[in-house]
Amino acid sequence: MAITVERPKLTILEKFYFPAIMKGLRITLGHAIRILRRKKKVTMQYPEEKWDDNLPEHYRGAPALVTDEHGRERCVSCQLCEFICPPRAITIIPEEIPSEDQWSKVEKRPREFEIDMIRCIYCGMCEEVCPEQAIFLRKDYAISGHTRDEMVHGKQKLYEIGGVREGLVNKWNTLK
Amino acid sequence: MEIGNILANIELIPILISFVKIVLVIFAVILPMVAYSVWAERRVSAVIQERVGPNRVGIPFTKIGLAGLGQPIADGIKFLLKEDFTPGHVNKFYYWLAPALTMVPALLTCAVLPFGSELFGEKMVIADLNVGPLFIFAIASLSVYGIVLAGWASNSKYSFLGGVRSSSQMISYEISLGLSLVPVLLIFGELNLSEIVWEQSRNGWLLLPFWGEGAIWNGGVDRFFLLFPAFIAFIIFTTSIFAETNRLPFDLPECETELVAGYHTEYSSMKFALFFLGEYAAMIIGSGLIVTLFLGGWSLPFGLDAYLMNVAGGSEQVPWWLGLIHIGTFLAKVIAFILFFIWVRWTLPRFRYDQLMKLGWIIFFELALVNIFITAGILILTRDSSS
Repeated sequence: MAITVERPKLTILEKFYFPAIMKGLRITLGHAIRILRRKKKVTMQYPEEKWDDNLPEHYRGAPALVTDEHGRERCVSCQLCEFICPPRAITIIPEEIPSEDQWSKVEKRPREFEIDMIRCIYCGMCEEVCPEQAIFLRKDYAISGHTRDEMVHGKQKLYEIGGVREGLVNKWNTLK
Repeated sequence: MEIGNILANIELIPILISFVKIVLVIFAVILPMVAYSVWAERRVSAVIQERVGPNRVGIPFTKIGLAGLGQPIADGIKFLLKEDFTPGHVNKFYYWLAPALTMVPALLTCAVLPFGSELFGEKMVIADLNVGPLFIFAIASLSVYGIVLAGWASNSKYSFLGGVRSSSQMISYEISLGLSLVPVLLIFGELNLSEIVWEQSRNGWLLLPFWGEGAIWNGGVDRFFLLFPAFIAFIIFTTSIFAETNRLPFDLPECETELVAGYHTEYSSMKFALFFLGEYAAMIIGSGLIVTLFLGGWSLPFGLDAYLMNVAGGSEQVPWWLGLIHIGTFLAKVIAFILFFIWVRWTLPRFRYDQLMKLGWIIFFELALVNIFITAGILILTRDSSS
């Protein structure tokens, strides 16, 4: 059913447009003055100003591997993260730890650990699934590169971002 | 007479002076102003919408931003380096002709605008014509051809609709533009724009007649009563300039929401830039015309001109520093008007097409016509017919 909308009855003053135009000009001028007097916040000027300091604790940035206070790489190449990763961004090639190594009872460590940052969706599943507390999502968000190869983070880069993390569960200590 | 004789009789100095004036006005004033009014448009629109606008481009290879003043130069380089693509379905000749036809009339009209009083005894106007406003109308009405040709030659429905709309709009508003100017010419009894400005400098601007013989306490009763028709003429003239330059709220020829980009849909790179620049040049010339006719052109308000002339020794010739002040005053007024244009653009929504035609033909046309009679009546009643 067609609905007829009554057109509003305009007064003579409204039919002149002029007061309405003046009103509009006043509103826009008001906005302009407000911004010129810096009464209102505007967009952040990105490369100079960043919101790094205001990132929340739970922010999910680039995933990275960590070492513990003994300098041991925490990853044991269980490959759970590789299997859980929804976009399949993680590739792990495990290797055996030689028996003369201090941590030989850990048995495995990653020879290659690659995260393709073009594929990564920052979901945090890897961090959640990791039984060794070895992979964490850090607060780095500006991941860039000139080629696709540059966007693949290798082991070295991952440890560089991750750094050392202390106070985690150390179930592989020699004492235990 | 032989050709040699004719050549011998041509005086070189005035030609050289005109040449210098043309080059200076076009390349040192109009074109930079066009470029920077685009920048101003973007900055002002940003401020009105509570954004920042282009503020990064400054000196190349440094981090000095200069509030984005390098943006127009970067834009210009971009336009020059872009691929100049001509679609296969267009009429090549007219397609290439159209952008030039919009740019040239806009620049031609500035020939008769007085942009200053005198500098070293030389009048600061390129061509001191006795038919200034008529010349401007004659040339400005040519700019519709550029848009119509662009619309037809592009051979695309959006361009075509834009061109058709633009031609009807510009022709409609030219009538009220011309008619609204008649009262002004009646009041001054003069068609030479330089003389009109001198008159306003001595006896008060058309919209501000409060010094010299134009002031009501000095016997300028006529000018006081003429304020009313002058104001009506000002409103009609300004609105028509908006319509003539295809600015919002009358930008139907290129309204993005309906016509993609209107008559320049098929244009790219520098040819598109010429349309763009032509529009802004027309806007600057239009502002210059409004300022010249209604707001005293280069003259300072409240009789300051006469005062400064007395300070300088009371001779007839304008001293060079006052000449420079006059040029600065003119530019300041024009810039203020351009800012007003921008302000209006980012305030008002677009008219519907029938509203546009109604406003032009039913309101402004009649109002301008009646305004002529009101002005003539006031002139008969207040001015002595013998003088």
